[in-house]
Amino acid sequence: MSARAVTRLTPFNVVSLALGFAFLYLPLVILVIYSFNASRLVTVWGGWSTRWYWELLNDQAMMEAAWMSLRVGVTSATLATILGTMAAVALSRGSDFRGRTMFSGMLHAPLVMPEVITGLSLLLLFIAVEAERGFWTVTAAHTTLTMCFVSVIVQSRLNDLDRSLEEAAMDLGCSPARAFFAVTLPMILPAIAAAWMLAFTLSLDDLVIASFTTGPGASTLPIRIYSEVRLGVKPQINAICTLMVAFVALVIVVASLVSKLSAAKGGSAAPL
Amino acid sequence: MGASRNFSRPARIAAIAPYLWMALFFLVPFFFILKISLSQTAISQPPYEPLFDLTQGLEGVKRAAAQLSVENFHLLLSDSLYVLSYLRSIVVAAVSTFILVLLGYPIAYGMSRLPRGWQALVMLAVIVPFWTSFLIRIYAWINILQRDGLLNDILIALKIVSTPLVWLSTDTAMYIGIVYSYLPFMVLPLFATLSKMDASLLEAAADLGCSRRQAFWLVTWPLSLPGVGAGALLCFIPIIGEFVIPDLLAGSSQMMIGQTLWGEFFTNRDWPVASAIAVILLLVLLAPLLVYDRLQRKQLEGRS
Amino acid sequence: MVQALPSADAPAPDKSGDDAPLLRIASVTKRFGGVVAVNNLSLDIRAGEFFALLGPSGCGKSTLLRMLAGFETPDAGRILLDGTDIAPVPPHQRPINMMFQSYALFPHLNVAGNIAFGLKRAGMSGIDIAARVAEMLALVQLEGLETRRPDQLSGGQRQRVALARSLALRPRMLLLDEPLAALDRKLRESTQAELLELQRKLGTTFIIVTHDQGEAMTVADRIGVMDRGSLVQVASPRELYESPNSVWVATFVGDINFIEGLVVTQKGNLLTLRTEEAGTIIVTSTVKPVAGMTVPLAIRPEKIRISSETASSELANALRGQIVDINYLGDSSIYYVKLTSGSVMKVTASNIVRSDTGFFALGQRVSLSFSPDACIVLDR
Repeated sequence: MSARAVTRLTPFNVVSLALGFAFLYLPLVILVIYSFNASRLVTVWGGWSTRWYWELLNDQAMMEAAWMSLRVGVTSATLATILGTMAAVALSRGSDFRGRTMFSGMLHAPLVMPEVITGLSLLLLFIAVEAERGFWTVTAAHTTLTMCFVSVIVQSRLNDLDRSLEEAAMDLGCSPARAFFAVTLPMILPAIAAAWMLAFTLSLDDLVIASFTTGPGASTLPIRIYSEVRLGVKPQINAICTLMVAFVALVIVVASLVSKLSAAKGGSAAPL
Repeated sequence: MGASRNFSRPARIAAIAPYLWMALFFLVPFFFILKISLSQTAISQPPYEPLFDLTQGLEGVKRAAAQLSVENFHLLLSDSLYVLSYLRSIVVAAVSTFILVLLGYPIAYGMSRLPRGWQALVMLAVIVPFWTSFLIRIYAWINILQRDGLLNDILIALKIVSTPLVWLSTDTAMYIGIVYSYLPFMVLPLFATLSKMDASLLEAAADLGCSRRQAFWLVTWPLSLPGVGAGALLCFIPIIGEFVIPDLLAGSSQMMIGQTLWGEFFTNRDWPVASAIAVILLLVLLAPLLVYDRLQRKQLEGRS
Repeated sequence: MVQALPSADAPAPDKSGDDAPLLRIASVTKRFGGVVAVNNLSLDIRAGEFFALLGPSGCGKSTLLRMLAGFETPDAGRILLDGTDIAPVPPHQRPINMMFQSYALFPHLNVAGNIAFGLKRAGMSGIDIAARVAEMLALVQLEGLETRRPDQLSGGQRQRVALARSLALRPRMLLLDEPLAALDRKLRESTQAELLELQRKLGTTFIIVTHDQGEAMTVADRIGVMDRGSLVQVASPRELYESPNSVWVATFVGDINFIEGLVVTQKGNLLTLRTEEAGTIIVTSTVKPVAGMTVPLAIRPEKIRISSETASSELANALRGQIVDINYLGDSSIYYVKLTSGSVMKVTASNIVRSDTGFFALGQRVSLSFSPDACIVLDR
């Protein structure tokens, strides 16, 4: 046995990585393949076909749900990003203020809280204030849910940042607030962008909370898919799922490219 | 490493908006849950007796207080249906978390041993399924696990079984679904901890006489325990309240508490009981939640 | 095999250069990609000596050390410990221990646990371990801190724990990778003295890697100066300082002045040279250059006597110049003297006289002199 660097990969490492990623990706790959199955039955392979995609486009209810999901996603992600970034700044740069522990606890709880509880509580709130349930209630609910993810990502990035840059800005005449906007914000922009995209996909994906807080005629895509799935496997569902997967993958690739580009321009390393 | 004096005031101002939002949309609703869990069911819209009417002032509050009923809680704690549901949820969550640690650790460990350049790529590879719709991933498994689905096809082709097995609507399917969905939640925090470990510690261990295996168990494992804890809690707590996965993949004989809540709420239209279920669930989760919050704060804020 | 632990105190250090060196590095080469970090290097280390590897960053000294510890494998050459090639032996089986630059203390173990770590791997009994840990703590003067965790210790204390841990197994050789780099100056100096005393007491062979020449000079019996993967000179501190073998070594170790001299005549070992800076000067030299050749002459700043212009000089070689800058260092001063030729000589002198204004003033004309054997004639 020769002396090898102690930090080299072992065969065990390679096998566990390979198996792990196979496990993660195979079901999705199979799903995508079967969305192109010309035959209706999953057991029979009828050749390649895109007919299910065309049928999808004619499914009015599905299309409306998709549009709804997109609108909710964009709105809630934007709101969540703004609020979450503010929260991250407060926690990362502020010293102990009264209620900080509670603030931090409140902020991070949705990360772990079972969605049925969050969904139920929000619905009860909306009823108590007699809000009309639909687009805005779902958006508000999603904002609440995703804000903590944004906050965690941005806070982590802020903590890693070199403080001396802000201090240099202040030394040269910026007020603390100005230093933040002029120096810090541009540097954490990749993290904020990544957080927006995470919030967006989380909103796009959410089923439970949307079910609780939505109103009549305001179905989101997951709600529609869920009602279809309960009735059994259908290739049309494979098609819409494949589209969603492709869409999300595209968003992620764009996000990585953006962050790589800004890193190349002298920004920071991966935001996540 | 914490705050500098200069930033305190602006930072505190920044906290105001999110604070108010969370207070309104997160904290306040819990009072509603509590309130409704203490009230009676009614055939009305919304389906519960209004507990009190603020327009009636103090009189109204007094009357409402008299009407408070712990009947719902009594029902939950005595009816075996509910008690079993809670127990099942805890057991399923515990078993799933255990499997997740078993499977997730080697993956996270392998990732941390890769050269730096590869690590970013591999982390992205773990995140992509995580960002893909939860529902879609479960649906993908339904595809595979059906009676005439891919798994049975492969098993029959390999002559391991002769007739198709039933996979769906079993606990096995549910566990597969849970582990599949929550794997990134376990792998990512663990990977974060492992990749931050000082490489020279392993060299020191080798220098002092450890073989690679010994060095792992004596140095890497103990130092990774906080990451394991964070990942485990990040999985355990939400799994207890899971609804979608057991609903789509598990058998209907015994429901998890998330399903029970959903059923009470949407099917039975019994909001007070559903709220009571939520309250007790929260109490059950209180201890793990506090532990998790403590771990999180240490990680995110106690960096100095 | 893990080192069998000797019972009694180690014998008095044997630095008399016996026939078989403890460690022989034979033509070792190490490449990283296209870069040659260690280039066909050969070196013998004697048992019981305190050896320093000195060189600028990137010269390969750390790579060489890591090859001795087993964390890198040589691409060519052999490393012989007591005659056996240890290059194929993994680090955990070598009777060599290393003290890491970052200390690498295990954060999840307390001080006693850290020190006992290697002992447990060696299979010592609990009682023996406890005794050895206590002995080590006494050795580095950290008694009473057994239960502290690394994050509760100061930098200097952590360094001692790392030292104690690496010596606990009584290794044949201890490797120290820039161990004092993180300490402030006073602490560094006192620790250097302690390291030296420790090494003498234990008799263990120490190999230290450092970029700080003062440190190397203080602790080492012999110093190996490295530059870009090769050993440039291996000598005792005195030899290195007074007789550097090249311009590079002369510049790297300590301060130096250079004068170019044209060889005029040679009588015995006395050379007469003509220089632009100093007119005619006479130096002793074992190097035999040819008449008409131009050679570099090196003079250390403290070897030059500085005196007021009018004072007569007993020393053979004399120069005249004007003080253009003075660095007051407390115990001594550095005078920058501009000669008539235009070049500036650096001269140091102890401040033996206590005065508020100093003996020499800025701008003052002075006379410099040095004896023939104060100069070194170098190869380029």
